Amino acid sequence: MHLPSAYVTGAFEHPTRHAPDKSIAQLHAECALGAVADAGLSLGDIDGYFCAGDTPGASPLYMADYLNLKLRWLDGTESGGCSYLMHVAHAAAAIAAGQCNVALITLSGRPRSEGQATGTAPRAGNSSQADEPFETPYRPTIAGMYGMFARRHMHEFGTTAEQLAWVKVSASRHAQHNANALLRNVVTVEDVLASPVVCDGIRRLDCCVITDGGGAAILTRPEIARSLKRPLVRVAGTGHTMHTQGGGYVDAVRTGAAASGAAAFAEAGVTPQDIKYASVYDNFTIMVVMQLEDLGFCPKGQGGRFVAEGNLISGVGRLPWNTDGGGLCNNHPANRGGMTKLIEAVRQLRGEAHPAVQVKNCDIALAAGPGRVVGSGHGHATAVLVRE
Amino acid sequence: MTTPMTMSAISDETFRSLTAAAPEIRPFWEAARRGKLLLAHCTACDRPHWFPRVVCPLCSSRDIEWREASGRGTVYSVSVARRATPPYALAYVTLDEGPTMLTNIVDCDVDGIVIGQKVKVVFMERADALPAPMFTPL
Repeated sequence: MHLPSAYVTGAFEHPTRHAPDKSIAQLHAECALGAVADAGLSLGDIDGYFCAGDTPGASPLYMADYLNLKLRWLDGTESGGCSYLMHVAHAAAAIAAGQCNVALITLSGRPRSEGQATGTAPRAGNSSQADEPFETPYRPTIAGMYGMFARRHMHEFGTTAEQLAWVKVSASRHAQHNANALLRNVVTVEDVLASPVVCDGIRRLDCCVITDGGGAAILTRPEIARSLKRPLVRVAGTGHTMHTQGGGYVDAVRTGAAASGAAAFAEAGVTPQDIKYASVYDNFTIMVVMQLEDLGFCPKGQGGRFVAEGNLISGVGRLPWNTDGGGLCNNHPANRGGMTKLIEAVRQLRGEAHPAVQVKNCDIALAAGPGRVVGSGHGHATAVLVRE
Repeated sequence: MTTPMTMSAISDETFRSLTAAAPEIRPFWEAARRGKLLLAHCTACDRPHWFPRVVCPLCSSRDIEWREASGRGTVYSVSVARRATPPYALAYVTLDEGPTMLTNIVDCDVDGIVIGQKVKVVFMERADALPAPMFTPL
């Protein structure tokens, strides 16, 4: 049975990158208002609410009360940064099942104001997680974990630091056109290689930014979407997965993108060659390379060569990518990527990206990203969106 | 050279407190206090796994027993934290028995550690923490 589709009718990225004078609840509220305004709806129209661990109370109950939402459907799925792409799938399923008509997804946080050393402070353990005593003693940092993946990828496939630098170069070329981006200066491969090593395998310019802010999206039933004045962006296919540590049989050069991507492509009835624009999560340059391979945009092990050919640069390469500047240059609110990936894909499909990076005739786009840490076990979600 | 933070051994009281969240894993830590590395080994599928748990993540059996590992392994990957003082080596080590574990490479020049290097287990004794298995080059 083919279920009725859901449409992304509202998308809003908070313009702030530094918000010391705002609470996390205020940021969620401002994002919610921005998304309903973008859709041409009001908060009173929302009957489904989706949020994750960044929200106050780590539950949909608290922001629903703050905004006095009248809900029929609540979803607090927490899977790190890919939660919001999972929420797209869950909202589409809830809409198809008649459980809600207008779904709101929000993300917000202020790690910049709170002075978080996101990538370089050892991760805090949670004693109820059975792997905690087997991780915390070794002081794993996010940068250190991805440094190991980068070095293993280099070891297995001959990937080079120069190739990885092209990911940052591509992001910076896009970010120069984004007035809200935290980093708008165009950088070169030499700039990236000259930046200091944080952990072996990761230089400073291989890392994403730390920003306050957030974003929100609205999904609706088809008939509501058609009644609104926005371009029609349909959720054509979704996939998500959990890429486990494999009981200790670790493969640190592969990600959950292989499974979530295949599922999303299959449901949408498209192949990687059909994708006109891709938002792919970019906490570190190596993560982009691994996901591009696993999503099928190039053969496994060839991601370094693919990005070094300039393929990610809009107007230049085969796969225009993260045209807002991505997490590497634009925005990484709450240390999470899924929402901003969705928002730029919607902009591209609507033709509302910056003219300098807008993809011509962009009718099929992808948004993909992981949650938690690759190697240490991570979720992954992919959504394929089409413009009608 | 990286040196252990302290060589004073953990007290019985602290040991009990730190293993209270997962009592079923206590035998692992009791062996670690004696300098032995245990692996949770499934007798149904005859494979060890990491980290230890009561259900085999490879075949779902509950027939798990503790077996002493050789303590030998190979560096799967390594990344030295350059901003830390002193820098330290975060690593994945693949044990000779099969599983790969997160760890640190210690008691060596961190600049000289390479993927594929053979290593052996050492236990960091601390008064305020469980004796975590780490590795040093053979």
